[in-house]
Amino acid sequence: MLHTFVALVEDKPGVLTRVASLFRRLNVNIVSLTVGESERPDTSRMTIVCDAHEHAAHRIRASLYKLETTVHVDEVDRSAAVVRELCLMKIAVGPASPNGPHSRSQIFELASVFRARVVDLAPESIMLEMTGSSSKIEGLVQVITESGYTILEVSRTGRMAMRRGHHTSRVLSALGSKSNADGNGADYSSKLDFDDNLGDEILPNEFENVHEEET
Amino acid sequence: MSRQQSESSAGRTNLSGAEIVWATLEGECVREVFGYPGGAILPIYDALRKFPIRHILVRHEQGAAHMADGYARASGRVGVCMATSGPGATNLVTGIATAMLDSVPIVCITGQVSSKVLGSDAFQEVDITGITLPITKHNFLVTRAEDIAPAIRLAFQIATSGRPGPVLIDITKDAQQATAPFEFVACAPCAARPHPMLRAESSAIQEAIALIQSAKRPLILAGHGITQSGAEQQVIAFAESQQIPVASTLLGLGSFPAAHPLHLGMMGMHGESWVNHAIQEADLLLAFGMRFDDRVTGNLAHYAQNAKKIHIEIDPSEINKNVRADVALIGDLRGVLETLQPLLPKRVDTGWLRQINMSKGTAAVRDIINLPDNGHLYAAHVIHDIWREAQAAGREQDTIIVTDVGQHQMWEAQYFKHDVPRSLVTSGGLGTMGFALPAAIGAKTACPQKDVWVIAGDGGFQMTAAELSTIVQEKLAINIAVINNGFLGMVRQWQEAFYEKNYSASPILSPDFVKLAEAHGIEGAHISKRKDVTPTVTRARASGRPFLINFQVEQEDGVYPMIAPGAALHEMVRRPERDPLLETAEDE
Repeated sequence: MLHTFVALVEDKPGVLTRVASLFRRLNVNIVSLTVGESERPDTSRMTIVCDAHEHAAHRIRASLYKLETTVHVDEVDRSAAVVRELCLMKIAVGPASPNGPHSRSQIFELASVFRARVVDLAPESIMLEMTGSSSKIEGLVQVITESGYTILEVSRTGRMAMRRGHHTSRVLSALGSKSNADGNGADYSSKLDFDDNLGDEILPNEFENVHEEET
Repeated sequence: MSRQQSESSAGRTNLSGAEIVWATLEGECVREVFGYPGGAILPIYDALRKFPIRHILVRHEQGAAHMADGYARASGRVGVCMATSGPGATNLVTGIATAMLDSVPIVCITGQVSSKVLGSDAFQEVDITGITLPITKHNFLVTRAEDIAPAIRLAFQIATSGRPGPVLIDITKDAQQATAPFEFVACAPCAARPHPMLRAESSAIQEAIALIQSAKRPLILAGHGITQSGAEQQVIAFAESQQIPVASTLLGLGSFPAAHPLHLGMMGMHGESWVNHAIQEADLLLAFGMRFDDRVTGNLAHYAQNAKKIHIEIDPSEINKNVRADVALIGDLRGVLETLQPLLPKRVDTGWLRQINMSKGTAAVRDIINLPDNGHLYAAHVIHDIWREAQAAGREQDTIIVTDVGQHQMWEAQYFKHDVPRSLVTSGGLGTMGFALPAAIGAKTACPQKDVWVIAGDGGFQMTAAELSTIVQEKLAINIAVINNGFLGMVRQWQEAFYEKNYSASPILSPDFVKLAEAHGIEGAHISKRKDVTPTVTRARASGRPFLINFQVEQEDGVYPMIAPGAALHEMVRRPERDPLLETAEDE
């Protein structure tokens, strides 16, 4: 099954290799991986989608944390998250195309149905830009192909994910309420002294039981 | 000294990158470093004379990594090794992987070509941080002198925190030659971040307590983590208060005293039958700092099916990796046991232990020392006699055995009784042949007051035999027992069992090891009779100098019990009954 991890990692040379090498070492195939700057300085956010056994998520997340360059890892599979992908697509179409003189306007129509934008127009081709879930992108690709058009190039970013309404303690404190991240006072885990602000950001429910994860 | 002369007004000292390396190591309380010089690390070697650190010149960089490893395992301190760029660095790889698989804290420093030519395939350039990525806990490429001290200090922290492991620092030659201000204290890393998934919540503790209290047949599986965590006393107290028998993994040997009445012995592929049967019959397994390696579990589908499992482990990625844990207490073993222990009432039920002891029956190891001499010399005898000799001399607490990998390693685990932690140094996870001799040099360097024995086969010994010369140069009184059977014994045993005795490439010709020792100025002896074993062992131990004994043992002897790959723990091949020497009677 597919697992989606959102990882905050240090923005340093070689960090991508460390993450990619970890998946290779665990013999897990990466379906998509996107990296970019995050809201924090010198920290990148990665969205990693991988195809692995359903019980593998715990181990992958734990292993990601073992990399010294990892700041935070969240698995967003079973939680409500917004998942988006950006796709650029070049289609062979123009006044002289075999699909006829109205072929351009046909593509415009399809694009508007899928809320894609035309970002480049050349005598022989049109470039579309679309964001959306993977299935939406695949839907547009399918419709265009089945309408008899030739897709010349497709470039997809791979999935990006963000948890919906993830009320981190930072958000809570920004809203003026006190963090309850250390609510389970009796727990051994919550007594651990995190040296950076990382500990503040972990919600109690993130320590979900590994055994439950498996059932 | 130049260091004082270059003192700057700010109270900081301006040092060259090379000097910073040594000054930082000195600050980290490093007294010995194992290494081999070469072009890209020459500035560091040039600065060595200014610092009170002993450098041990190895004969091959693999030896340097194993020595740092042996040093760390014997002492609990971080082992440090050094090599130049290119081939020097790649030669470290086997040693680094060995330390990685057994979670040993070592720091490796390699020279690298100048940062200006990095990536240009310069002479002796190799991407060692790329190569060692999967076999180090972390690694660094340092290209500026001012980054050296923070990198080394962070490396020490990473190597020792959480689950320990090797760290490599690759330092370019221009960084070694440049100058930077140095202040040890200012380079301290931030406090180590505990793994964010560590947790041993009260709910899990309560579940564990409920499981322990309701268990009729509980068993402790004692792993390497006990020694890593320094939890030996806590484990003894826990086992005693709950009357729970203890089985050890290979690397767990010594973490629980072998002489303790609750100690059963080693589990797994070559573990004693009653230990493996006990695991299969148990209704609760308490895994203490161990990772359910395939050599320990046999066929996972049939592993301890009746048992609930409580896994106490510092590395969250080990939980549910091989064996599903019913309760996972993820944290430092010592801390978890200190939380757990006061919450458990004492137990007095010893029925389960008696049941296990009764099941030993004919399977128990016969006291082989009392057997009549039938003219044959068995490796098991030799190892058992080395233990007896140490015991008779009152040195059993002060003896470190360093084994190689193969049959002799398993006989060592079976016949040498380890009562104290860090008394067995052996490559478990990676199974690195050639480990013993260099690792023993590390162990003896770390613990010069202890008797250090190398136990190696004729095959593995030849892999790193060049380090004999290191022993002599460093004046290390290491005793070497070569268990010589003319075969790569474990390979031969597998070929006998699974490949119809097709002894393909397993017979091995060896030089006369005593003459080889002699050529190095090391005293030696050939032994092929049982009666000569103990006197020669005493002679070696008492000589105060390195001593090599070549034990010419039975050629086609096998290690039993044995679990065939893919078989379950209870389906072990027992000791052959026809062999009067290895046949079984009452336990000693």
